Amino acid sequence: MPLLEINGLHATVDGKPILNGIDLVIEAGEVHAIMGPNGSGKSTLAYVLAGREGYEVTAGEIRYDGKDLLEMAADERARAGLFLAFQYPVEIPGVAGTTFLKAALNAIRGHRGESPLDAMQFLKFVREKAGALNITDDMLRRSLNVGFSGGEKKRNEALQMAVLEPKMAILDETDSGLDIDALKLVASGVNALRAPDRSLLVITHYQRLLDYIVPDYVHILADGRIVRSGDKLLAVELEEKGYGAFVGAKAA
Amino acid sequence: MAVTSETLAQVKSVTEDGYKHGFVTDIEMERTAKGLSEDTVRFISARKNEPEWLLEWRLKAYRHWLTMPEPQWAKVSFPPIDYQDSYYFAAPKSDSDKPKSLDEVDPKLLETYAKLGIPLLEQEMLAGVAVDAVFDSVSVATTYKKKLGEMGIIFCSFSEAVQEHPELVRQYLGSVVPYADNKHATLNSAVFTDGSFVYIPKGVRCPMELSTYFRINAENTGQFERTLIIADAGSYVSYLEGCTAPQRDEHQLHAAVVELIALDDAEIKYSTVQNWYPGDEEGRGGIYNFVTKRGACRGRNSKIAWTQVETGSAITWKYPSCLLIGDNSVGEFYSVAITANRQQADTGTKMIHIGRNTTSTIISKGIAAGRADQTYRGQVKIMASAEGARNFTQCDSLLIGDQCGAHTVPYIETHNPTARVEHEATTSRISDDQLFYCMQRGLSAEEAVSVIVNGFCKEVMRTLPMEFAVEAQKLIGISLEGSVG
Amino acid sequence: MARKSTPFADEALVAGAPWIDALRGDALACYREQGLPTARSEAWKFTNLRRLERIAFAPSPAKGTPVAEIPDGIAALDGAYRAVFVNGRFDAAQSRLGDLPKGVEIGSLAAVDPDLLEPYLGRIADTQVHPLAALNTAYMADGLYMKLADNAVLDAPLHLISIASAGETAQRFHPRHLVVLGENATATLVESHVGAGETFSNTVLEADLGVSAMLNHYKLQNEAPDAFHIAFSQIRLADRASYDGFVLQTGARLARNEVRVQLGDRVECRLNGAYLGRGDQHIDNTTFIDHTAPNSTSREVYKGVLDDRARGVFQGKILVRKDAQKTNGHQLNKTLLLSRGTEMDSKPELEIYADDVKCGHGATTGELEEDALFYLRARGIASAEARAMLVAAFLSDAVAEIQAEQPRAAFQAVVDQWLDATEASTR
Repeated sequence: MPLLEINGLHATVDGKPILNGIDLVIEAGEVHAIMGPNGSGKSTLAYVLAGREGYEVTAGEIRYDGKDLLEMAADERARAGLFLAFQYPVEIPGVAGTTFLKAALNAIRGHRGESPLDAMQFLKFVREKAGALNITDDMLRRSLNVGFSGGEKKRNEALQMAVLEPKMAILDETDSGLDIDALKLVASGVNALRAPDRSLLVITHYQRLLDYIVPDYVHILADGRIVRSGDKLLAVELEEKGYGAFVGAKAA
Repeated sequence: MAVTSETLAQVKSVTEDGYKHGFVTDIEMERTAKGLSEDTVRFISARKNEPEWLLEWRLKAYRHWLTMPEPQWAKVSFPPIDYQDSYYFAAPKSDSDKPKSLDEVDPKLLETYAKLGIPLLEQEMLAGVAVDAVFDSVSVATTYKKKLGEMGIIFCSFSEAVQEHPELVRQYLGSVVPYADNKHATLNSAVFTDGSFVYIPKGVRCPMELSTYFRINAENTGQFERTLIIADAGSYVSYLEGCTAPQRDEHQLHAAVVELIALDDAEIKYSTVQNWYPGDEEGRGGIYNFVTKRGACRGRNSKIAWTQVETGSAITWKYPSCLLIGDNSVGEFYSVAITANRQQADTGTKMIHIGRNTTSTIISKGIAAGRADQTYRGQVKIMASAEGARNFTQCDSLLIGDQCGAHTVPYIETHNPTARVEHEATTSRISDDQLFYCMQRGLSAEEAVSVIVNGFCKEVMRTLPMEFAVEAQKLIGISLEGSVG
Repeated sequence: MARKSTPFADEALVAGAPWIDALRGDALACYREQGLPTARSEAWKFTNLRRLERIAFAPSPAKGTPVAEIPDGIAALDGAYRAVFVNGRFDAAQSRLGDLPKGVEIGSLAAVDPDLLEPYLGRIADTQVHPLAALNTAYMADGLYMKLADNAVLDAPLHLISIASAGETAQRFHPRHLVVLGENATATLVESHVGAGETFSNTVLEADLGVSAMLNHYKLQNEAPDAFHIAFSQIRLADRASYDGFVLQTGARLARNEVRVQLGDRVECRLNGAYLGRGDQHIDNTTFIDHTAPNSTSREVYKGVLDDRARGVFQGKILVRKDAQKTNGHQLNKTLLLSRGTEMDSKPELEIYADDVKCGHGATTGELEEDALFYLRARGIASAEARAMLVAAFLSDAVAEIQAEQPRAAFQAVVDQWLDATEASTR
């Protein structure tokens, strides 16, 4: 049974059709990349998967881990192991990063039937993960994402992913706004999480990120449809030819 | 319908027990007749065996009260209060009238206690269960009292202070909130039943947080409570009032008065968590909390800090204030007020700068949800004498839902050019982005609101004593349950 | 309870069209009911009118325009149209209203057919909230009438010059101005209030802006040192209209300028001002911004400088009604106190019933920033000069809010004159 199965997905935002029939199957342990030009529907797909309000599914179905994903509320999906690394992580004044992460982790642990971590256990656990991403205690103590640089926000997303240990992680343009050093750092954080029971969906505009997070499959999204699928070489081909060569083409 | 009749109809009759400690009296009756008259005032005073001067003071207040109109300026609405349809003195219920065990207590209440993580023993106390737990707390309190007594600290009921320390009571009672101050405070002056009295001697730092929580006669003083705290030169005290657990009280009208006096170099920190019954979803039957709290920084370098977390009551009307008289004195006001359903709150502070180089800080966080209304009302007054005075005010309001209202009404009056007064206020709501982000990390909508609101209130919450802060955080979440759909 | 006082209500009502008679009658009853405002009334907490009562102001004569020359102190606006009023009466001789563009009518309110006024006059202003505005409605005799048809454009500013003039006897009068802009019409109105002697002008201005109309509206209150100036303006803004308002108050012994604006959908409203007080002046600015519909923006900045024993009052309220989602409302009040004896009372107020809004206000009162002063002095600038520079900069910032160039320069000149006088007195 695939971990994620999308069939004929259509979705609208403010009544405007954005996704026009997406089919995608992701097996456990696979890394898929979705590439596409601006406005192709990449972020919409991510938000539909995460269950954001205002993104209306008009047709199609999504099965996740054997369940009907569209029946689940956003927080249920998160507790069931679906994680979205945001393109624009949200600032929440006054809420320390650790406070937030502890609340999230214990919500998810509760769902898995695990006991909540106490403050000491939690801090030890987070510090281990934070060290690898070069996240200092000070960053953890500060208000969530408030006043963080673009790179700090993305590293913080990677940290949350590492701590919450999702089954299915969706990375929405994680490379945007990152310089090369930050990109490498985040990518190595993500790669450390690759596991036989964990799938990744990497959404990106550029091939650059895929040099560091190497996908098993690459899909090209245009006008709300997957127009071409292939292996990692497709990304290289795309880089050479540009989106123009694929947009308007039929799905392979 | 008159506001107090339905709740007061439940008041049970005479008890055989009376006060568990304090004074003995040969007056047989344990309750006044219904209604308010000079006789009621005389009865209360006699029942408490008070000296003549205190009776006279009460009577002066009563006579003045008759001439006073109801305060109209607050942005709250409620039917007129029928003062004659109320009992003004009733001894506590006897054990036989109390629930025998937690099994007899409203399960909804117990559910909330559990969410707050309140130990069983304390749950029984809070729910008014007639068990030995009360006596345990007596012994605990007695132990503390002995320790405090060795340091010269007086911490007792107001009634006890009248008997044991009449000179202190006479010197300070009404010196900060005069008997004619406002309609509610004047009523309190006439008919107050009990409350707390604290005196910290010169140079003494009170070694523990003083709390009404373990005070043994806290029972049934809720309606017209009178608190007087005096911090003598160079002393320090932190006082906690109320608790996070929903408190039940059969009186609907609460008109408490708190007076604080800080002498040279003294500091008083007064923290309140108010969670009186807010009424049902339509606001029926909730407490009217009309409180006058005022502190006088009389001495040089003295400091008074008010922190309040107000989540309960159908109507909250309170403005903990500071009179900054001594040079270099400091006043602080930190407030979180949450109103949900039909709750109304009109709360804020007054900072009156009189001395030179006096400083005040006001941080107010208001959260309105459901169909609630909330107003921050605050006055900063810089008198001509307040050379070099400073004030900073930050008032933020958060709206949850489109049926509620949040209002900010500051009065800033400056009579001295060397003073610097700054006021900022914002009104906003929890953004959809913030909610979705939290939910994507696995938090339920209610948990998400709780996390975001606690973040919004952080500057205030961190001024609470540690033991209070954790419970207060949970309380914020619980108060907003059902506010997001 | 304090007794209710109803001075100035002894004149006979002028008979006219039945609807006006009814309006006057209701207004007089409203005034008698409320009486002259006292400090007990929340809206008048900081402004005491008792001094007004002690002066025997004579009502202006029933007919004819008193004679008075235009004194110094008006805003300098070359090339503007001019409508001059003496004690509230239109002065055709000193007015310049030739060659108005198509679709523009400007003149004396008293000369307009009452049928044309009926949809507007007394229908825009909530005069019942303001007893003196009600008094104005009861006794109004004349004022500005300005009407722009749909799409009409007034090609130069209209300069309303109001002269308050009294000789031996103190004078009172109740000017009533009406401004109506049709859909998409555009105009600039500049008011200069000047005068001499002991006067009490009690003005009401009503303005109605149609859909997408634009009004620049700048008022200079520069009346004589013995004058009392009470003004109440209400501006109604239809959807997508925009309004740029500025009030500079520097004259009169006691002045209260109250502006109320009512905002439709997608309105841009700027309501700014400055106040300069010295001697024993009392200057009150009271504003009320009423967001009744969604998507509108209001911005309000009032800055003032007070010297000697002057007292300033700022009461600014923003109301966001339940339907006014996506409102943006910002308000700022800053006051510099230059000397001992000054007093500033500020009450910025937010009343908000819609949740998807961004609203905020700020208020500061105090001396000049020590840091800034030190910085200038460290660069070799003498203390007095440094102070003058900082006060000037503070006020220029305020005047810079005026969007139209010529009026901005004219108001800046008035500010500069005031500053020169302050500097001269401190030397």
